[in-house]
Amino acid sequence: MTWHLAGKLADLDPDTVGVVTIEGQQIALYLLEDGVFATSNICTHAYACMSDGYLEDGIIECPIHAGRFDVRTGKALGAPVTVDLETFEAKVEDDAIFVKMP
Amino acid sequence: MSDPIVIVGAGQAGGRTAAAVRAALPEAPILLVGAERHPPYERPPLSKDLLLGRSTPEQAHLQPAVFWEEQKITLRLGTEIRWLDRQARRLTAADGSGMVYDRLVLATGGRPRRLTIPGGDDPRVRYLRDIDDALALRAAIRPGLHVGIIGGGVIGLEVAASARGLGADVTIIELGPKLLGRMLPGSLGDWFAELHRSKGVTVCTGTALTAIEPATDGLVLRLAGAETLRCDLVVAGIGIVPNTELAAEAGLDVDDGIVTDAAGRTGDPSIFAAGDVARAFHPLLGRHVRLEAWRNAETQARTVAAALAGAELPPPDVPWFWSDQYDLNLQAAGLPRAWDDLVWRGDPAAAKFTVIALEDGVVVGGVAVNQGRDMRPIQNMILAGRPVDRAALENPRIQLAATARNLGAAS
Repeated sequence: MTWHLAGKLADLDPDTVGVVTIEGQQIALYLLEDGVFATSNICTHAYACMSDGYLEDGIIECPIHAGRFDVRTGKALGAPVTVDLETFEAKVEDDAIFVKMP
Repeated sequence: MSDPIVIVGAGQAGGRTAAAVRAALPEAPILLVGAERHPPYERPPLSKDLLLGRSTPEQAHLQPAVFWEEQKITLRLGTEIRWLDRQARRLTAADGSGMVYDRLVLATGGRPRRLTIPGGDDPRVRYLRDIDDALALRAAIRPGLHVGIIGGGVIGLEVAASARGLGADVTIIELGPKLLGRMLPGSLGDWFAELHRSKGVTVCTGTALTAIEPATDGLVLRLAGAETLRCDLVVAGIGIVPNTELAAEAGLDVDDGIVTDAAGRTGDPSIFAAGDVARAFHPLLGRHVRLEAWRNAETQARTVAAALAGAELPPPDVPWFWSDQYDLNLQAAGLPRAWDDLVWRGDPAAAKFTVIALEDGVVVGGVAVNQGRDMRPIQNMILAGRPVDRAALENPRIQLAATARNLGAAS
């Protein structure tokens, strides 16, 4: 596992979910009060990008069927989503965001 | 051991009610009875992935088979309930067997409205309501076939998109002036007509179907104005009729649906209703409505289960709905009967836009095409029920989330 450069902190805000492709996988980046978090960007229910979704109170809502996931744990919070989102460790150094991946 | 809580109708609302009752009442005997042979499943995939051959019936099931056993929910499938005796608290099935209930939930859903025009009862006219309908349709649609679709509502349009995806030629016949006329403002119905036309579908709105006649290997649709349309396959999607007969014959209040209060209670304190069959009082709309939507089944199931358990009811939901056609996602929220203002945001030409409906400056509804992130702010603004900053709604540089938050904060 190594830290991959994922983006700039300045590109995120509480309403804007970032997206980056690392090792061929789309990763969503979220700016919450307690830091930056990262999950797989593809909904586990149908093909949709969480980066197009609605973020509030640490919960990301999928843009096509409103399935909700806890951004910090990836946990699927109820129908229509039942499979959790994969999460990745993220950290910020200076203005740079890093995500830990194989 | 008390008599069971019996749920008649093992569809999405019935299945979710059973699961939610079990979660709230670990010891209560629960019997879930359904006329279909399938375990509880949700219907959205039937006109989309299942019809396209991209998913299996099992993927539409609410839960794997073991779930019902593990939850100690007795599941009786392929069992149609024919009679409800409220005095004796007893149900009688078509096979003559009986079951008593302590409390009863009616989640009997609806059946497709049938064509009544001459020839409309031809057995080859297909409807799409259950898994078996979808599987039969999937097997029948082949590239190059001409599929006639009667009805320009959600089912008709989703089947049209899926049929195109399977390589068929498609014609949509809609009686009213607009597609999705029950759901959307007319200007949006026009946009959807153009969407389907751009995909090669022939769209005929304001067109009455007057008769259906048999033809070699197909059917002929006779349209008003003497036009005829030869089709290899015909699918009618003209709405559902709620299955209220059991309730009506038992003397419960029925009015295009089983009438209930906001908690799903009928006039009989032991009987509840949920899902497509229920005409429930909606506190946000201030009137009774019968909603035919996935989220409604989810919410009403949780609400009825809470009422049965004597627990706090979940807060009322803004009516919300989605439809997927081709690679496009449509969502709509609110159920306004009137609006005096529509604000468009985004780029209709790029199929990424939002339309917000206002009445007296208050957001009463909204529609998003490929812009689902706008739906939560729209629902929040509907809930707020206060006049919104219209200039902010119109300004593409101001996020809807910010406008909604400001509205919420200003109290």
